[in-house]
Amino acid sequence: MNAADERPIRILVAKAGLDGHDRGAKVVAAGLRDAGFEVIYTGLRQTPEMIVDAAVQEDVDAVGLSLHSGAHMTLFPRVLELLRERGAEQILLTGGGIIPEADMDALSAMGVGRLFGPGTPLADLEAYIRAEVAERRATAS
Amino acid sequence: MSSLADDIRAGDRRALARGLTLVENDLAAGRDLLVALGAGGGAHRIGITGPPGAGKSTLVSALAAMWRREDRQVGVLAVDPSSPFTGGALLGDRIRMLTHSGDDGVFIRSLASRGALGGLAVGIYDAADLLAAAGFDPVVIETVGVGQGEVEICRAADTTVVVLAPGAGDVVQGMKAGLLEIADVLVVNQADREGADGLVSALESAAELRDAPAPPILKTVATRSEGLEALCAALDARGADAGSGLAERRLDRARARLRATVDGRRADRFWEGRSDALEAAARAVAAGERSAEQAATELLEGDDA
Repeated sequence: MNAADERPIRILVAKAGLDGHDRGAKVVAAGLRDAGFEVIYTGLRQTPEMIVDAAVQEDVDAVGLSLHSGAHMTLFPRVLELLRERGAEQILLTGGGIIPEADMDALSAMGVGRLFGPGTPLADLEAYIRAEVAERRATAS
Repeated sequence: MSSLADDIRAGDRRALARGLTLVENDLAAGRDLLVALGAGGGAHRIGITGPPGAGKSTLVSALAAMWRREDRQVGVLAVDPSSPFTGGALLGDRIRMLTHSGDDGVFIRSLASRGALGGLAVGIYDAADLLAAAGFDPVVIETVGVGQGEVEICRAADTTVVVLAPGAGDVVQGMKAGLLEIADVLVVNQADREGADGLVSALESAAELRDAPAPPILKTVATRSEGLEALCAALDARGADAGSGLAERRLDRARARLRATVDGRRADRFWEGRSDALEAAARAVAAGERSAEQAATELLEGDDA
């Protein structure tokens, strides 16, 4: 897929876990759209299975998970595991929420991408995803 | 590429998803894939269109549930608009279709319109071909929420369902614009809301004014799956081509697509290695030294195609 690098970046934005706050996820989804991404938004209370199912069907470049429930140490690894099971490990898994730094390091060691805390400028998130996706697309072709 | 085709035939959803990416982006590999996969029979292509908020996605989801009971594999292409300024898009149709998550018999793909006209997406014809070849039947195409003139869907689909909701749009506006003219089936969704019966009678009188046979007008409440049996029956009747005009529609589409595909491939071949010639001719036209027709005639000289 060489000439393909021109195509828009596709990202799935989902809110995992049981808490009902999706303001942050919506702001991020709208912000990434304005940055020129094609954002598939699937809303609240998504299980890892639902997230990976959608990510595979949509053939996204990245999955952005918003998480405030404190369940990040189970949900992120589970999504990563399911992506690998489906042969979709090329998809970048990133996200944000209230996540202690030690946990971020642990998740990063497992293969989760960078995670962003509250108040991160959207431009940082955008730049990170663009760079990661460009690299992953280049390795895939 | 034949291995991707094999994987798709074997039901590999990840392979199918990658194939859709290839055809959506009009990559040469996508073309090869469609050639390798072949035709895969005559899936019923059902277009769902209507104004924003009429309940199109919810109706598609409810229809998919009905078809799953008959063990049919349902393919859904859901189109949302791209921003003309940033090219970005927020694709939210899946939110209304989450009940099918985890069911391999329902494959949903969101597409951004990317500047395509008529509420469709670039590559939607090829994407529908791919789903049909992968064994999905029906293949549903949900357009962006349309207002008046966006009627391209009736060319891409065998059957066009126009979904309206009470108060969601002035019927007279629809009459002017042709949304009613493209309907093979008219659905008044959210029929439990006030004004549904009024909308049905308005649609009936609008249909009487026309010279064509009136399409069936059906009431549904998609959130509660009410009226879905009748809608499925109407769609099946049309799919069986009981004098419904489906065969003619398919022939028209086939003709138009063959022309467009051959034109496109020929044009690609023609322009290969001619970018310098194009640049020089364009400069001459822009400077007023040659007319566009003169320059085009010169460019085409010696081309035997």
